[in-house]
Amino acid sequence: MKAWITISVLMAMLFIMISCQSEGQIEFSRYYSNGSVVYQAHCQNCHGANGQGLQGLIPPLKDSVYFKNNKSALACQLNSGLKGKIIILNKEFEGEMPASGLSPLEIAQVLTYVTNSFGNKLGTVNTSQVNADLAKCK
Amino acid sequence: MKKIGYIIAVTLLSCGCKFNNAATKSLPIYGNKEAITKTVNGKQVIDTVYQTIPAFKFVNQYGDTITEKSLDGKIYVADFFFTTCPTICPVMHRNMLPVYNEFKSHADFKILSHSIDPKYDTVPVLKKYADKMGISGNTWWLLHGNKDATYTIAKSYLVAVQEMNPKGQYVHDGYFILIDKQKRIRGTYQGTDEKEVTKMTEDIKTLMAEPDQKSNK
Repeated sequence: MKAWITISVLMAMLFIMISCQSEGQIEFSRYYSNGSVVYQAHCQNCHGANGQGLQGLIPPLKDSVYFKNNKSALACQLNSGLKGKIIILNKEFEGEMPASGLSPLEIAQVLTYVTNSFGNKLGTVNTSQVNADLAKCK
Repeated sequence: MKKIGYIIAVTLLSCGCKFNNAATKSLPIYGNKEAITKTVNGKQVIDTVYQTIPAFKFVNQYGDTITEKSLDGKIYVADFFFTTCPTICPVMHRNMLPVYNEFKSHADFKILSHSIDPKYDTVPVLKKYADKMGISGNTWWLLHGNKDATYTIAKSYLVAVQEMNPKGQYVHDGYFILIDKQKRIRGTYQGTDEKEVTKMTEDIKTLMAEPDQKSNK
């Protein structure tokens, strides 16, 4: 009898884990696929279809370490633009990225897309995270 | 008045293009044309005079003066851009880069990118842009000039584009214009479209193989 209880508890836990995971997966897919549309419309001209950038002019979006270290600053960069020198993949860039004019939802979508494409794998960036990050912009 | 006169100036809209029936391919010639009847050795001969790119004077990224004479005996591609353009220019020059790499060893080939923002795009700014693009040498010139001069030259490059698309905004539409050694317009390509640029590369090869492009003048 005890064994049965243990088994059913374990089963229930497993079930919850799977359904949670797939819910997370669904959220990710939703952000990611919408993000790819935002990317094409707002980012691709400069950063390229494969996130390759353009020579020494426009940085590639392939520096996973940069993304990881600056994760909470990315929303602000998209929101208000980026100016000055940055080092991407050991190369210095110093152009200017204009403010994107994207909504917090679109920022979340495109960040999910970019930070999980081109060799990056940082997981979902959702709207509440973006709103929290935006509140802390300098 | 000498008999080597000109009589008619008729614009030929159809049948204007000269196609070779032989196996050798050649590109069409765009722009306005005039039929001119002249007398050669006592015979009346009808000849077609094609529009050519007029004289110009700009400065490249090295500070050198570039005029139409700098392009004598050259096949070249022209486009219009500005260094801070966040929209189509990066796409155009991303697509232009393979063209540059393909033909940079040809002494009779050039690329001319005219800046339409001369206020910001000074010679040092253009040089920096060239360095960052990874272009060196004298194949690809980034040209600085006053805005009027640039728009005037744009109009003469883009006649062919205007014929096809009379209401478009030509200068900002990202066209690549192919000019032959006789300074005639031989092709226009949407510089933002990778496939069209691939076609341009093929057309440049076709053009280079035309008999009157092989000679030095």
